[in-house]
Amino acid sequence: MKPLYLGALIGLVVSGSIGGYYYLQNNGLNEAQLEAARTLSLASLPTLPTDPSNAVADNPAAIALGQSLFNETALSANGKVACATCHLENSQFQDDLPLGQGIGTTDRRTMPLLGVGYASWLFWDGRKDSLWSQALGPIESTVEHGFTRTQVATYVAKNYQEPYEALLGPLTTLETLPAASPLGNDTQQTAWAELDSEQQNDINQIFANVGKSIAAFERTLLPVENQFDRYTAALLAGESPTEKATLSQKEIDGFKIFVGKGECIQCHNGPRLTDEFFHNTGVASPQNSVQNPVIDHGRADAIAIVEADIFNCLGPYSDANQDQCGELRFMSRDEHLFERAFKPPSLRGVAERAPYMHAGQLATLSLVIEHYNNAPTAVSGHTELNPLGLSTNEKASLLAFLEVL
Amino acid sequence: MKKILILVGIIILAVAAFVAFKMFQPLPENLDTATTQTTIEGHYSVTVSPENADYQRNSLHNWIVEVTTPDGMPVEDAQITIDGGMPQHGHGLPTSPQMTQALGEGRYKIEGVRFNMRGWWEFKLTITANNTVDNVTFNLVMN
Repeated sequence: MKPLYLGALIGLVVSGSIGGYYYLQNNGLNEAQLEAARTLSLASLPTLPTDPSNAVADNPAAIALGQSLFNETALSANGKVACATCHLENSQFQDDLPLGQGIGTTDRRTMPLLGVGYASWLFWDGRKDSLWSQALGPIESTVEHGFTRTQVATYVAKNYQEPYEALLGPLTTLETLPAASPLGNDTQQTAWAELDSEQQNDINQIFANVGKSIAAFERTLLPVENQFDRYTAALLAGESPTEKATLSQKEIDGFKIFVGKGECIQCHNGPRLTDEFFHNTGVASPQNSVQNPVIDHGRADAIAIVEADIFNCLGPYSDANQDQCGELRFMSRDEHLFERAFKPPSLRGVAERAPYMHAGQLATLSLVIEHYNNAPTAVSGHTELNPLGLSTNEKASLLAFLEVL
Repeated sequence: MKKILILVGIIILAVAAFVAFKMFQPLPENLDTATTQTTIEGHYSVTVSPENADYQRNSLHNWIVEVTTPDGMPVEDAQITIDGGMPQHGHGLPTSPQMTQALGEGRYKIEGVRFNMRGWWEFKLTITANNTVDNVTFNLVMN
């Protein structure tokens, strides 16, 4: 053999050995993939961040009161709708429906709640900047609870006086008040305008405290360990994954696509598998909007809403000081950037949470993978996706991985 | 000999797969990631550093910007505005960072920075001091 060939062969053997070393180590994951697995695993979940805007966020009495209020159907126009109506405990606190069903039908899919205490922005479009402020939205939505803040205040004063006062101080004596809200129907808005500012303030305070109690309860809903977490923990401990912690080769291949060619990890990152931010991924409008072709602008429309919200972090009912409201103060107001952008949901438990996307447009995870693989043009704004060129096998592997999350 | 050829073939495939993975997220070649840069027109030398070196990707955090003249004298009373984004993704910064404090000795605090995705980010500063405006771009790589 000529020296040149011999040299080339030795070079190939050496570099091949490096590749082989990485392949055999860590169950076929290289260092970058192992590091990605670590960042996605539940062991990387930090302590629940505090919520300075909610003074009772971690108060046990608030958690108990909030749990009762979460399940309270009396806080609705027809006495049948509670938070728990759409956020079902046995279904990851969501409802398996394309669009939420309260008094009427909402425009968007009900979001799951496990780990919601980690989110900086709430709702698909982030139009709320705290969990307690979010909890107030559906109560006054005409298609969800259809209730008003005066009715909430009156009901709580009558039925929850003792736990409320023990936690939050004396309840203002409320006269008989009409159903009134600045966000309600015309009659309710007129009734609200007729209240004096002191009455409005007292009612807003009770309403905010109801939200803070519900949020305290929701903060206790945490993500649960899955097969991928156990597998990663074993690898990081330098152990061979046991039967309870193993992934099949197909699932491992799917993980590699998730962090590699599929680029899923770009937005679905961190231990909750969401970057808690806003992205336009070119998802089509729901089919029923053919009759009602209103384009949902997502985050672009939410910027002005959250800024004007009296229940935001900088508002009079927040317990935070200005320095603790960085998310709101430094929020980007670039509507062009956020046109039709929505928040990626956590992918934990995703396989049991069909249908998918912000209005339940896609019935199965396979259709979701097809969507990302094809990268269709956005209805409005610009999609962040590029076609992925995944083969049939790669799509099947990615699906298998998503099913273990 | 045939076995050797097969072995060589396998090895080449293994190496190619390994290299392909490493190359998957290509950054521009020779990307200048230095954290001290001279502004475009040469009026200032600017150094940027995160206030807390352990900041997490996708968390809101602060940066410290130090502005000097080319000969190293601190520039006081500067105003700094911030822009940037991901050139490979065609989008801007996800937040609207602002200079909130002059810390003295040419140092300034920038609050409200967040990099929510992996990859190459441009962090662009416009510096105005003594009626002299100049610009500088830093390249930051988030892993």
